[in-house]
Amino acid sequence: MSNQALVQEFQRILGKEQVFLEETDRATYAYDAAVLEPVLPALVLQPRSTDELGQVVRLCHENSLPLTVRGAGTNLSGGSIPGRGGAVVLTTALNQILEINEADLYAVVQPGVVTARLAAAVEARGLFYPPDPGSMAVSTLGGNVAENAGGLRGLKYGVTRDYVMSLTFWAASGETVKTGSRTVKCVSGYNLAALLVGSEGTLGVISEIILKLIPLPADRRAMMATFSKMSKASETVATIIAQRIVPATLELLDNFTIRAVEDYSHAGLPVDAGALLLIEVDGHPAVVAEDADKVESICRQLGATQIHVARDLAERDRVWSARRSALPALAKLKPTCVLEDATVPRSQIPAMIQALEAISRKYNLPIGTFGHAGDGNLHPTILTDRRNKEEWARVEAAVDAIFEEALKLGGTLSGEHGIGTAKSRFLEKEFGTGTILFSKKIKAAVDPHNILNPGKIIGC
Amino acid sequence: MPSIRALAKLIKELEDQLVVCMRCGLCQAVCPLFAETGREADVARGKLALLDGLAKEIFANPRGVQDRLARCLLCGSCAANCPSGVKVLDIFIKARAILSGYLGLSPVKKAVFRGLLSKPAFFNRILAWGSKFQGIFVRPVDDLLGSSCSRFLSPLLQQRHFKPLAPTPLHRQVPALNTAPGAAGLKVAFFAGCLIDKIFPDVGAAVLKSLEHHGVGVFLPPDQGCCGIPALSAGDTATFDKLVRHNLALFSSEPFDYLVTACATCTATVKKMWPLMALEYGPQEKAQIEALQARVLDISQFLVEKVGLAAGSFAGKEKLAITYHDPCHLKKSLGVAAQPRALIRAHPGYELKEMSEADWCCGCGGSFNLQHYEISAAIGRRKRENIVKSQAAVVATGCPACMLQITDMLSQAGDRIRVKHAVEIYAEDL
Repeated sequence: MSNQALVQEFQRILGKEQVFLEETDRATYAYDAAVLEPVLPALVLQPRSTDELGQVVRLCHENSLPLTVRGAGTNLSGGSIPGRGGAVVLTTALNQILEINEADLYAVVQPGVVTARLAAAVEARGLFYPPDPGSMAVSTLGGNVAENAGGLRGLKYGVTRDYVMSLTFWAASGETVKTGSRTVKCVSGYNLAALLVGSEGTLGVISEIILKLIPLPADRRAMMATFSKMSKASETVATIIAQRIVPATLELLDNFTIRAVEDYSHAGLPVDAGALLLIEVDGHPAVVAEDADKVESICRQLGATQIHVARDLAERDRVWSARRSALPALAKLKPTCVLEDATVPRSQIPAMIQALEAISRKYNLPIGTFGHAGDGNLHPTILTDRRNKEEWARVEAAVDAIFEEALKLGGTLSGEHGIGTAKSRFLEKEFGTGTILFSKKIKAAVDPHNILNPGKIIGC
Repeated sequence: MPSIRALAKLIKELEDQLVVCMRCGLCQAVCPLFAETGREADVARGKLALLDGLAKEIFANPRGVQDRLARCLLCGSCAANCPSGVKVLDIFIKARAILSGYLGLSPVKKAVFRGLLSKPAFFNRILAWGSKFQGIFVRPVDDLLGSSCSRFLSPLLQQRHFKPLAPTPLHRQVPALNTAPGAAGLKVAFFAGCLIDKIFPDVGAAVLKSLEHHGVGVFLPPDQGCCGIPALSAGDTATFDKLVRHNLALFSSEPFDYLVTACATCTATVKKMWPLMALEYGPQEKAQIEALQARVLDISQFLVEKVGLAAGSFAGKEKLAITYHDPCHLKKSLGVAAQPRALIRAHPGYELKEMSEADWCCGCGGSFNLQHYEISAAIGRRKRENIVKSQAAVVATGCPACMLQITDMLSQAGDRIRVKHAVEIYAEDL
């Protein structure tokens, strides 16, 4: 089909208003939240029904037109940056919560539903959807599934993967594929959902998601513990887990980040502290009280210089505002902020922190580190100005060094941001040639024209 | 027309501010326009990316960028919630000025801004004339809200239910004032603003009544001009400069402690936009602007912080439910949210019931409402639903532009809910 005929066909399927052709509209879908060069899509499509979505996929397949599905465009590894000459397919108009089932504890949603909207809707019914990626105020559930998004509650509640009960998606060639069910147990057929979750839009186009819900914890208690040294904070994390307590959140801020947050918010944080731990336990009130007491005494035993337990909602909010301010506070220091998410086994956090300090010195770059100490997923954040070419070269070298170090410590390239194009060249180093080959075979088998977000994860 | 390269160079001057955006996309959560359309070009991140593209000369036609930049309420919700602290409003205002300078103003805007707005005395005469004859073209639709609609099919008025021009504008009721400080020991200059002067003179009267009650001296110079924001939003810096200079001359002629307004947009413009755009002014004018921006206060700020509110004397038993809408230019631009609520609470005859999303934009956005009425009304309907759900009999706010939009939305839906300025509520009981 000629380009013009193809455009007309898209317009016939979707309506003229839902096909963006003007350069100034297309240019607003050329980027995501990753620090990468934008790529202008050839056209942008906004289907308003699952059926239209399927027709779009089929038409792209028939014409070998690459397509990149986009929700809120908050990806941090370039996963939602389109391929050159490709189409961007928006899920923003597929944003219905189709069902919240209180008897069977699940929700059925379209891919464009914003994460925070579902979280609030189920919470209003005393239910809980735990995955809470940092961008949840805008991120979409389709994007969360495609990236296997994490968040602050990974340690106790797991990540998006752990809540996907069933998926319906369009195969590249335009057939409907269903996997999983509304039941707690389901071993019927291949576990295709496991394959699709985290596949970054390269294997299928998700059209409907059934997500597991759990009861909302009856009580929660937050606290903030100050340590003079990072090693003491890490030791505390290890001891809390060893004592068989699993906090809902267990977050860490390093000295650089503490100082940045204090400069930014004047919340009275201890600027000479080596590390802050922000801890929250939740569950039945009796368990919460017991766990909170235990955690507090562990912190004390391991040398916390100060412990502040939130007594009410306002105090809890103050504890978490320190964590919420971490990225904004760091981001305001320099024009460009490179947010990494290399992840190590929990026990290796002290070693990783040490390595990050060495990398910061070696490449002469400010690095603020905060993140999910409970699950080993740190966010070293390099502050720079992308326009400074010499410095940018050092940033790229530092990022490589961070990956190397994480792998050396038995960790992984990405805990929750995805591989996209930003980290695809490192994947072989983590998994070996066989894995890349196997992945490429799967990709080639299910997407013979290589139209589904080509170039992501496994390269071209 | 200068070359696209020259335009790129001008936009590049904004680069230090543009580069601050890290494309996190969190502005999508708070943008009232994006909530309606779901289009990236409608949200701050998209527009910043377009300006970036313009600076890098990737667009052949800057008009596309100008059109998309114009689709913005300038409510500042994005800036107030931006993790990187991007000065979105400063960037957009400057970019609009650059693009209008490059592409020229539309003939209609040119006629309105240069022919009318920039000449305050002439503007007043034209509108005085208009208020006498408006009855021929419009008819009242709601006695409670005092709204009207077009008698004929009108492309400008469409299906709007608008507040007609007041029969006697404030500048006719009180042409000028210059009273000495009384009990309060303070003197303020009162900047009325176009909408209060011409459509809501009762709000102006409530301001004067409150000031008089507290023994505050008032300087109200005649022939006040517009604060300039309609012209500046359209990128017409020539008209804006003329208006700023006109007002500077008026308000520099007499000493006073504070400059007060009852219009959130006027206050924000004097406080933020006058200094922003004053870079090329002379040292004396710069000093005058600096002095005014340091002393400009919303009326609620002034009464609460500088004078102290009067205890209410209302004797009735039945309390009337009232709700409050936060104007973007008060809460997000100036951080003023508690003070207008304090004015309302000072009246014992009312019970304040918060609506949900009280600080979600009403969708007016000044000239945005004229150019994009359908989207503006869609955003307004969301506000209307929240007002209705609060079950209040009165909705108060702190900006006459919000009052216009909310009146339109309530009147079209046939809701019997009054729209008032917070200072009117306060003054009722004095």
